Amino acid sequence: MCLAIPGQVVELVPEQPALVKVDVGGVRRNVNVGLFEPGEIGLGDWVLIHVGFALSRVSESEARDQLRMLGALGEDELAMEEVRGYTFAADAERR
Amino acid sequence: MGAAAPPRPRLKFADTQIEMSHGAGGKASRRLVEGLIAPAFANPALAPLSDAATFLLGGTRIATTADGYVVKPLRFPGGSIGELAVNGTVNDLAVAGARATALMASFILEAGLPAAELRAEVEAMAAAARCAGVPIVGGDTKVVEHGMCDGMYVSTFGIGEVDERLTLDPRSVRAGDVVLLSGPIGDHGITILLARGELDLEADLQSDTRSVWPFVERLIATCPAGVRWMRDPTRGGVATALNELARDCGLGIVLREEDVPVRREVRGACEVLGLDPLHIANEGQVLAVVAAEDAERALGAFRSVAGGDGACLIGEVRAERGGSVIGVTRYGGTRAIDMLVGDPLPRIC
Amino acid sequence: MTTMMKYVDEFRDPALIATVAAEIKRSVDPGRHYRIMEVCGGHTHAIYRFGLRDVLPENVELVHGPGCPVCVLPTGRVDDGLAIAAQPGVALTCFGDMMRVPGTKGTPLELKARGADIRMVYSPLDALKLAQEHPELHVCFFAIGFETTAPSTALTLLRARELDLRNFSVFCNHVTIVPAIRAILDSPDMRLDGFVGPGHVSTITGCRPYEFIARRYGKPVAVAGFEPLDLLEAILMVLRQIHAGVAKVENQYRRIVPWDGNPGALRALATVFELRPYFEWRGLGFISQSALKLKDAFAEWDAEVRFEVPGVRVTDPRAAQCGEILKGVLKPPQCKLFGKECNPEHPVGALMVSSEGACAAYYRYARIEA
Repeated sequence: MCLAIPGQVVELVPEQPALVKVDVGGVRRNVNVGLFEPGEIGLGDWVLIHVGFALSRVSESEARDQLRMLGALGEDELAMEEVRGYTFAADAERR
Repeated sequence: MGAAAPPRPRLKFADTQIEMSHGAGGKASRRLVEGLIAPAFANPALAPLSDAATFLLGGTRIATTADGYVVKPLRFPGGSIGELAVNGTVNDLAVAGARATALMASFILEAGLPAAELRAEVEAMAAAARCAGVPIVGGDTKVVEHGMCDGMYVSTFGIGEVDERLTLDPRSVRAGDVVLLSGPIGDHGITILLARGELDLEADLQSDTRSVWPFVERLIATCPAGVRWMRDPTRGGVATALNELARDCGLGIVLREEDVPVRREVRGACEVLGLDPLHIANEGQVLAVVAAEDAERALGAFRSVAGGDGACLIGEVRAERGGSVIGVTRYGGTRAIDMLVGDPLPRIC
Repeated sequence: MTTMMKYVDEFRDPALIATVAAEIKRSVDPGRHYRIMEVCGGHTHAIYRFGLRDVLPENVELVHGPGCPVCVLPTGRVDDGLAIAAQPGVALTCFGDMMRVPGTKGTPLELKARGADIRMVYSPLDALKLAQEHPELHVCFFAIGFETTAPSTALTLLRARELDLRNFSVFCNHVTIVPAIRAILDSPDMRLDGFVGPGHVSTITGCRPYEFIARRYGKPVAVAGFEPLDLLEAILMVLRQIHAGVAKVENQYRRIVPWDGNPGALRALATVFELRPYFEWRGLGFISQSALKLKDAFAEWDAEVRFEVPGVRVTDPRAAQCGEILKGVLKPPQCKLFGKECNPEHPVGALMVSSEGACAAYYRYARIEA
């Protein structure tokens, strides 16, 4: 229901600590980071943007894990079982 | 051509007032023109309702077109209202297969408009006309009270001679024909949207306003018999232009979505705003449908024109699903691509 | 032309999509029919936009849920917002999504064409800025949206209070997704096997609020992102839970959604808003504790306190079957009005209004099979 898109923090706005400049595919906008603790969002971070606010920080390692796991689905049945095991183990760990 | 128009469902205009959407080039615009304006003027030259009307004059096939330009802001990255007014009319003639022979311009000026701004626009028009190789041979000026228009409106009228080697007609389109596009889409519409400043978005993006005659000229020289239909996809974008073609030729059009060239910044803006690049206006692109056997040569022709390196084959005509435009992806997903409804509004939640 | 967008294009990779789709095909029981609801309108939109139904087996049916804030906003509330816009000296600001939503006397776009001062904004902060720049105007922000959007309104209100900005107010129509899901689960004609959970709402709320779906109703949930690979993976997760005979909440969208949500956003919500005892949803009727209102401490900025609004309930046209479609009982083309009286240009029912509404998405992207 809510259109949101990842973008990268390319500039801090020193005079307005609640604002950072974010780049989405070459389009830039000031985005409010007031939903985070001061200093929690830094230069180079990727954040999810919605109506001019950063809602969440994008985790590169989770993104990589997801793609690796999905890629492994295409491999043989045995490898697939391993992947399933890995998925559930990761789930258990997180709870 | 210009004789009997292909059968088309009669549209009624039942709206009680004019809305901005009636000017956005999508369904509402179509209803206004086909339901209210065209019936009053009904005649064979008007019937195809293409961007230019063609008729015989002393044995020569003539193309004429008239177009009004209202744009806010007057100047934007890559162009201004003056350049649009020249290029837009040159392009409407070009896609009818005619090189512009002469233009006329009519200005509606708002009291209080700085003379320097008007001079800049007149000079921009002169430069664009020189570039397109067409003289501006006449015109008119009117002034309205302050607050009655956004600085200035320009209307241009153009006339040209249709290349006699061409028979452009949606009804000549055949299943198997290919759809060719001259370059990346959406640059103009997104540039204007950002230039208005209301969305606080910045990008290094320029309007694509230019004369497309060099593309048309090269295409005609390369494969005159294989060119079936052309259009400059302005308001309403590629989606609307192709839907009109699908409706007029009664065939289906399949677009390979990944092959449609879109600049990174246009995609970025569309992702942020929930817009579809296929609905965004262009001011310097040509869509052409050519016979399958001419596909590669036609693509080569477009690419050989300066500024044509982004040209692509983006789809083809099929007998199935007549009247509709279908997008397909490499993994086999399909979607119906509709005309623009109203103005393209940012989608947020 | 290379137009690579990080964290977007990797998740639209055709080869990976084909891989996951093949795995889904392998894993389904051909003798069984699966009904999975994607709660979120953004998911509905993505499913049609990316043509995902074409890569799913026929017996996996996606049912479109109520997660479209524009679609579920009742006509009476639209009328109230437009009544505020009709007051002298008021500029009503809203998201682009609202501009074509019909009230009794027309859409915001139509009223604007008749001279009302209605402006589109990208962010509630843009409405606040407008109020700062135009002290002669009263700027009212027509707030809509689920938990994803409500924190932005909350921070904007906190900022208005900090600035002591008196020519700004919010007409609050924020709703919460969980009560709507519960209403669907409690509906007697509910026949769902599992849920694809709303990814962007969950950036704020986290995944815990959905645990009752698994625990109390025994239905699997996978909180999902909005790219084709996200949706397919989430569907695969739900299918695997169904086959394993388990029901739990899984987080497919781990790169974006923390299990516990965004604590700063939850704090902002708690500071500014309280639950309304009940709120009307278009198509679903009144649902208790399903919407937010401004706390008394923010009465100064509450448009419902500042302005007299009609507050009249407007019933939906009887022929429109939005409620049945929202609950997943009917599919859009099964409604008598679909594509006829009710179409995206002239929506009659709620779900034709926004491009995220099930009917509009179906009309726009999927009519090819009709």
